[in-house]
Parts: sequence; structure tokens; C-alpha cells
Amino acid sequence: MSESQESSQSLYEKLGGEAAVNAAVDIFYRKVLSDYRINRFFDNSDMEKQAAKQKAFLTMAFGGPNNYSGTDMRTAHAHLVKMGLNDSHFDAVMEHLGATLTELNVPADLIAQAAAIAESTRKDILGK
Amino acid sequence: MQNITIGESTFSCQPDETVLETLLRENVRIPNGCRQGLCQACMMRSLDNPPPAPAQTGLKDTLQKQNYFLACICHPEQDMTVALPNQQGASIEAVVTQKQRLTPDIIRLVVEYQTPFNFFAGQFVNLKRLDGLTRSYSIANIPQHQNILEFHIRRLPDGQFSNWVHDELVVGERLMLSEAQGTCHYLPGRAEQPLMLVGTGSGLAPLYGILADALAQGHTGPIHLFHGSRDLNGLYFIDEMRELAEKFANVHYTPCVSGADGDSTHARGRAHDIALSSTESLSGWRVFLCGHPDMVNQTKRMAFMKGASMSDIYADAFHVIQGK
Repeated sequence: MSESQESSQSLYEKLGGEAAVNAAVDIFYRKVLSDYRINRFFDNSDMEKQAAKQKAFLTMAFGGPNNYSGTDMRTAHAHLVKMGLNDSHFDAVMEHLGATLTELNVPADLIAQAAAIAESTRKDILGK
Repeated sequence: MQNITIGESTFSCQPDETVLETLLRENVRIPNGCRQGLCQACMMRSLDNPPPAPAQTGLKDTLQKQNYFLACICHPEQDMTVALPNQQGASIEAVVTQKQRLTPDIIRLVVEYQTPFNFFAGQFVNLKRLDGLTRSYSIANIPQHQNILEFHIRRLPDGQFSNWVHDELVVGERLMLSEAQGTCHYLPGRAEQPLMLVGTGSGLAPLYGILADALAQGHTGPIHLFHGSRDLNGLYFIDEMRELAEKFANVHYTPCVSGADGDSTHARGRAHDIALSSTESLSGWRVFLCGHPDMVNQTKRMAFMKGASMSDIYADAFHVIQGK
């Protein structure tokens, strides 16, 4: 692949698109569920629904198609903010995102780009 | 322009519109969320033809097979008749042909139907008494030519329906059956995959169907069945299962007793603990869990943490309806 082609690809394409999200979602969700700092925020009464939400989050962080607005993020996380969701929990999720991508051998510069996208949602998710 | 039929109404889908957009524009209330095919809130079922494949992206394979799709990413290619999940009211008549006690509190009930009826072994139907009292029970047999369904019905202390089945229902009596529902069933493909089946009590019913189905479809990978009960009395089909395990080299059967009265012919402990500790990792396995809701939910999580992919875990939790 020539360099010009490479640079014309979106982040989502570079990461491998939907197949990459599918590969990442189980790994990421396992990390989240086993993290005592944050697992209380992830209602696992319906694990399939919860996994679908993780998939939506990863798709967004990977620069993939998404229609979520800042308001959607605020509304969806408002009940968690009431439960005490704060920066430390957001940091933990960011940690797991990075570790998941590292585990999948994603190059560091692409991990940084995905992390930046996820980071951009912090204020909305924490209701600030 | 394609027509979308839901219930008694038909709407036309404008060019470039999704099924969800059409229905919302017509003020049909459809749950929805992300509108990009991810959150699955708007899942619906096509009742006539298979939906366009792209509209099934990300759905569990058993749901795809049953023509479920996501309305928000569905651009119809032909007219569609659709329904929200669990809104299919059709019911057919069946007659009781056999009633047999399996354990002190589980009855094997066989019914025969005349109207064509499609199901996957492991799915459940709503059984309706003629006065309307309705309960869900899993199908224990595989589709055959005989037009029969087998159920294992456990007596619950205050269970209106189960007490009626145990004490009053007789051979020859009529019942109504809903359509078969549920996603906990076997699908062919990946025949070499190891399978883990864990059930408590009458949770053996769907697992028995799933096991028979897997064998009928030529599953070659190892199949490990763990059936648990608190006491020895609660286990049934022990001889049948042992025979299956002798006949098929890839079938392994472990009856488990968690209470004090187990003996050397059973594993001592809870079925899911014994099942989970029987293997180092569940990575690459297909897992089926049926029975007590606490067991099912706990084991689902543990199986996932132990490496099973979320898409490879099939579960059917037997929730008890508190009858009045």
C-alpha cells in the first residue's frame, strides 16, 4: 500500500472496521467486568444489551459511523453520574480501551487517535 | 416503493427510508436508540420473508435464523410483514397424548398438534389452558414427522399451571400452543466446536432437545452435558443420557448432586461449578445454560470471563411467574 493511499484511509478503516470492533468487544468488556473500580456502573442483568453498548462505544472511539450527540451521551449517563460516576472511572475505562487495543497489536499512533476520540466525550458522559 | 405491514396496518416506505423511519413517521411506537444498528433496541422480526442481510448485522446467529432484524438499518427490498419481538399472537391447538412421572415433582407431557408448526429444539412455547391460564415451557424433543412436542413440567409449590398439569390434566385433553420462541437452540455450522450444556432441574428439557438436535445435525466436537439437582430425586433421564454417552463417543454426561444424598455415581456439587472447573478455558466453546435464573445469569458471566465469546453463549432462564 502506498503512503498516499494509507493517509486517505479513515481511522476506522485503518483499525479494520467492524471486524476489529467485534474482535475488541469481548476483550474490552471482560476487562471492564473484572475491574472492581467500575464494574458496578455496568449493569449486567442483560449482558447481551450491555455488550451491544460496549460495541457502540468502541465503534465511536474507532472513528466509525455513529449518530450519538453530546446530549444523548449526557442523558444516557445521567443516572450513573448520580451513582457517583467521576473522572477516576472515566480514566479506568480509558485504560481498558488502551490495553484492549495494545492486546490486539494496534500501532501506538492509532491507539492515540482512538483515545483522543473517546476522551472528547468525557465532559458529556460525566455531565459537566 | 415497498409496503410495511405491522399488525392490521400497512404503510409505504419512502425511497431511502428505513423501516424504523417509516414506522415512526406513521406514529407507530417502536423502541429505538442509536439508530445505527448497534444498540439493538429497535429489533423486530420479519414474519414473511428473510430480511435484507445487512439489517441483521451484529445479531446473534439464532436471531438471524429466525428473521429478526434491526429496523433502523433496514432498507426493505420487497414488501415486509413485521412485528415487534413477542407480539406474535398466533396459537394452535394440541391434544395431550402422554403423561409420565419423571421425578417426584417433574412430569413428562407429550402433546400432538395438527396445524403445521415450526420450532427449533430448545425453544419454548406458551402453553395455554382453555380458560386462558398461560405458562412458558421448553420443548424437549427435536422436530420430527410425528407432530409432537414434549415438555418437562416441574411442580412449583404455588404453581397454578404446574399443579393443574400434575393433578388434573389427563390424556385426551386439549391445550393451546403459542408459536415457538427463544434463541437458546443449536444451529449447524462449526460442527467441531466443543459444546458445554449446563442445566438444573427441568432445565434438562431444552438441553435434551439441543443435544439431540446437535447429534442429528452431525456435530462432531465434544459435547459435555452437566445436569444438576439438589437431591438425587431431582435427576431424571439418567439411563437415557448414559446410553447416549455410550453410543456417541463425543457425548459426555455428568449428573451432579449438590445436596448431601449424592453417591459415587454422581459428581458432588453444583452443576455449573463442576462444569466450569472441568476445563481450563472456554475460549472457542459454545455454551448453553438452562434452568434456575440465578444459575443461568451467574454462569453466563463466569463462562464469558473464562473466555467464551458473548456471541457463543445461549441462555434460557426459567423465571417463575407468581400466580395469584
